[in-house]
Amino acid sequence: MTTYDIIFYLFAAVTLLSAFFVVTNRNIVHSAFYLLFTFFGVAGIYVMLGADFVAIVQLIVYVGGILILLLFGVMLTNKITNIEIKTDSINALPASIVLGLFTGALGAAVLNTNWKVVESPAPEATTTALGNLLINEYALIFELLGIVLLIAMIGAASMARK
Amino acid sequence: MIYDWLFRLTGSETAAAIIQSLLPLFLFILPFALFAVLLERKVSAHMQDRLGPMRVGYHGILQTVADIIKLVQKEDIVAKDNDRLFFDLSPVIVFTGSYAAFAVIPFSGIFLGSNIDLGLIYIVAVTGLVVAGILMGGWASNNKYSLLGAMRAAAQIISYEIPTLLIILVVIMVSGTLNLYTLSEWQTSYFWNWLILGGPVFGIEKLLFIPLMMMSALIIFTSTLAEVNRTPFDIPEAESELVSGYHTEYSGMKFAMFFLAEYANMFAVAAIVSALFFGGFQSPFGYLGDLFNLPWLIPIEQFFWFTVKGIFFVFVQMWLRWTLPRFRVDQLMTFCWKYLIPFAFVILIIVGLITVLV
Repeated sequence: MTTYDIIFYLFAAVTLLSAFFVVTNRNIVHSAFYLLFTFFGVAGIYVMLGADFVAIVQLIVYVGGILILLLFGVMLTNKITNIEIKTDSINALPASIVLGLFTGALGAAVLNTNWKVVESPAPEATTTALGNLLINEYALIFELLGIVLLIAMIGAASMARK
Repeated sequence: MIYDWLFRLTGSETAAAIIQSLLPLFLFILPFALFAVLLERKVSAHMQDRLGPMRVGYHGILQTVADIIKLVQKEDIVAKDNDRLFFDLSPVIVFTGSYAAFAVIPFSGIFLGSNIDLGLIYIVAVTGLVVAGILMGGWASNNKYSLLGAMRAAAQIISYEIPTLLIILVVIMVSGTLNLYTLSEWQTSYFWNWLILGGPVFGIEKLLFIPLMMMSALIIFTSTLAEVNRTPFDIPEAESELVSGYHTEYSGMKFAMFFLAEYANMFAVAAIVSALFFGGFQSPFGYLGDLFNLPWLIPIEQFFWFTVKGIFFVFVQMWLRWTLPRFRVDQLMTFCWKYLIPFAFVILIIVGLITVLV
């Protein structure tokens, strides 16, 4: 086992364990805090795969933005000092059937696929290439996505004004 | 590079990487924190016409060492209703976030934790960890003052991240790199080539850039000052309103972790401002090593200049703290959203036009 493997398994363990705690914890604020470690672990795995820009954007958008927003949402919509929202499980039987089928399908797909194994080259910095692609080749899609986000923002602002 | 030297010394990549990643902490941040706490007390004292600590050592220079010894001995008080796990975890996460930023800060031409291409954006990203840690500590303390302080801190850091990022974009457009090391190398070792004076490219655009870059430097200094929660932006821990903000409930070593993180952050921010606009580790007027043909002297000089610039900006932060009164919450948000962000956008557009047209 190389250092690379050890670091990979460390990040994988952090991601899986914290994700497990997110869904099983009964206190919603705890779940939100565990989500921090899930996002962090996923960012680590992106780095191991050589996707440096995606990893950093993952940290900025999910840890710096969405997680904080989620925490604010949870904290402001509850009685602040003693959190009362509890998560609970309902419809256990249908959920476990769907989950079982989904896991089976995924497992079968993973086991039966003929994976191509290639020696991966040393990862290079992706930022310049990504920037060139976004501004030159996919400029229209990029701008449209920006407009979609802008519309969401205008919608939220107009709803908040009412 | 120091890494190659460590690699030859230890013969193992892992050992070299671990030693390299611990170097800034033990050789720089801990001594710096000791020095900065003393500096803060002395600066504040002299600004208020007092002497400050005078008892321990000559003019009190050993005061912070004595304070640290006292802090280590203190009892770690945990209230019954604190959320134990997250209460213990929060100082660690906050310190991790501020220490992680040091991975990409070039201390000298030969020492840089990790030469990644995304240095600047990476620093913004790990700041998110600090916000989450502060919220965690404030919530786990189970104390109204702590929670209010944490909410204020998070709202403030997130708001002031926007002007910071916009100015970083300006710098990217002018210099064409996100790598703090390349950026420092690009602003050569003469002060008229620093970005604050328009960058190393001579021509009409240098003249046009000078006023814009001065405004940008002012904006990024202000907004990063707000991100480290220092006066006049210290409403998250406003003593007269919130006892001590998000670390009200912390004592002993856990409090010391928050404290250390604050001083590490102050230096990180100062280093970023100096790397962006003031040449980073570069000397303002060439190197003595070049003059006397002593190549080994250059890295030491670079480290000297880096430290001097960093401590100068830390001093300015302290100076502001003991000069200006604290903002109100609404003034704080108005200042960010109605003044800093529009100005930053205008600078961004003008600089963009200049880089495209000239």
